[in-house]
Amino acid sequence: MSWSDTFLALLKENDIRLIGYVPDNVLTPLIEGVGADNYFMPVNATREDEAIGTITGAYMAGLRGAVMMQTSGFALIANALASLVVPYQIPLVMVISERGTMGEFNIGQSLVARTMRPTLETLGITHHTLNDEANMPFIVDSSIKQAYATQAPVAFILSPLLTGGNPAAKVKLKI
Amino acid sequence: MSNNRSIGKALNRTALTRLLVQKLRHDEAVIGGIGNSNFDLFAAGHRAQNFYMLGSMGLACPIALGVALAQPERGVIALEGDGSILMGLGCLATIANVKPRNLTIIVWDNGIYQITGKQRAATADATDIVAVARGAGIANSEWVRDEAHFEKLIGRRFEEGGPVLLGVKIDDQPGKGQTPRDPALIRSRFMKGLGSSRSAALES
Repeated sequence: MSWSDTFLALLKENDIRLIGYVPDNVLTPLIEGVGADNYFMPVNATREDEAIGTITGAYMAGLRGAVMMQTSGFALIANALASLVVPYQIPLVMVISERGTMGEFNIGQSLVARTMRPTLETLGITHHTLNDEANMPFIVDSSIKQAYATQAPVAFILSPLLTGGNPAAKVKLKI
Repeated sequence: MSNNRSIGKALNRTALTRLLVQKLRHDEAVIGGIGNSNFDLFAAGHRAQNFYMLGSMGLACPIALGVALAQPERGVIALEGDGSILMGLGCLATIANVKPRNLTIIVWDNGIYQITGKQRAATADATDIVAVARGAGIANSEWVRDEAHFEKLIGRRFEEGGPVLLGVKIDDQPGKGQTPRDPALIRSRFMKGLGSSRSAALES
C-alpha cells in the first residue's frame, strides 16, 4: 500500500469519516482517496479555519473528522486553534503536508513554514512529523486514540521524506 | 444598488432571538456567533442544545455545518453578525456546495461593528449579504421584512428545506446577556444536549 492508502486506512480504523480540506498538491492522493471511498464525507472548505469550525461542530455532534491542509494553510488557523479548539478541548486531528523545506522553490512557503512548529508548541499542541512509512501506523493510530481519550488536538506533519515532496519542485528547481 | 436597508423599521436582535427560541419545538441546535449573537441567545434562556462562541470570529456557520452533517435529522441554526459573516464569506460557498437541508443561517445586520464601538461595516451601504449568499449558491436566501415575516419564516420545521439564509436588518442595540466564559463547560453541556457526550452520567 502507498503511504496515502495506509494513512486513510488508519483514519478509518479510528472512525474518522468527515474530511475538511483545502486542496494541495502533496495531499492529492489523500483527497482523491477520500473522494473515491463512500465511507468518507469530504468537505472542500475555502479556508483552513473554516474546515476547523466544521470538524469541531461535527465532533460535538458525534461525528469524527480531520482537517487536511498545507503549511501555509496552517498559518491561517492560529486564532481558531487558540480561541476554539484548545479552550473548548476539541480532539482535532490535523494533517499538514509540509512545504518550505527540502527543495522549496517558493520563498513565501519557506518563510511561513518556520511559523508552524513554534505555533504548535506555543499552544501546547502535540505534533508528530511523519518521515517514513514504517513508523507511521504506530504514531498515527496511537496519537489519534490519545487525542480522543484526552480531548486534545493533534497534528501530523507529512514530511517530504514520506511524501516525496511537491512534484512541481522537480521542474521549478531546475535552474 | 439597494441593499434593502430601507425595507422597513430596523428590528431588535434581543427580541427576535427570544421569539426564535420560544418557537423551537424539536431540540434544534443553535450556534451563537461571537459577541452579541451569543449574548442574546444566552439572554433568551439557556437550552441544552445551544453552543456559545467565545472567540473564533466568523466560524458560527462552519461550526453549524459540522453539526448539521453529523446529525442530519436535527435542525441546526447559526446566528451570526454581519461583521462576522464578512470575515468568512467563503463559508457560504462551501455550504451552498454541500447543501445541508437541515441548516438555517440567520444574519443580524446592523451595518456596524457594534461591539467594538459601532464602526461602520461594508454592509452599511455597499454589501448586500442576501445577494452575496444567493451569488454563493444559497438560492433560498431572503431579507426579513418585519417581525411578523420573521415569525412566519421561523415557524417552519428546521430539519428540511435548507440551506436557508435569512438576513435581518437590526438596530444598533448591544446584546442583553453575558454568557459565562467557560468554554469546556459550554462544549460539554452542548454535547450532552446533542446526545453525543461520553460523560453524560456526570452531568445529571
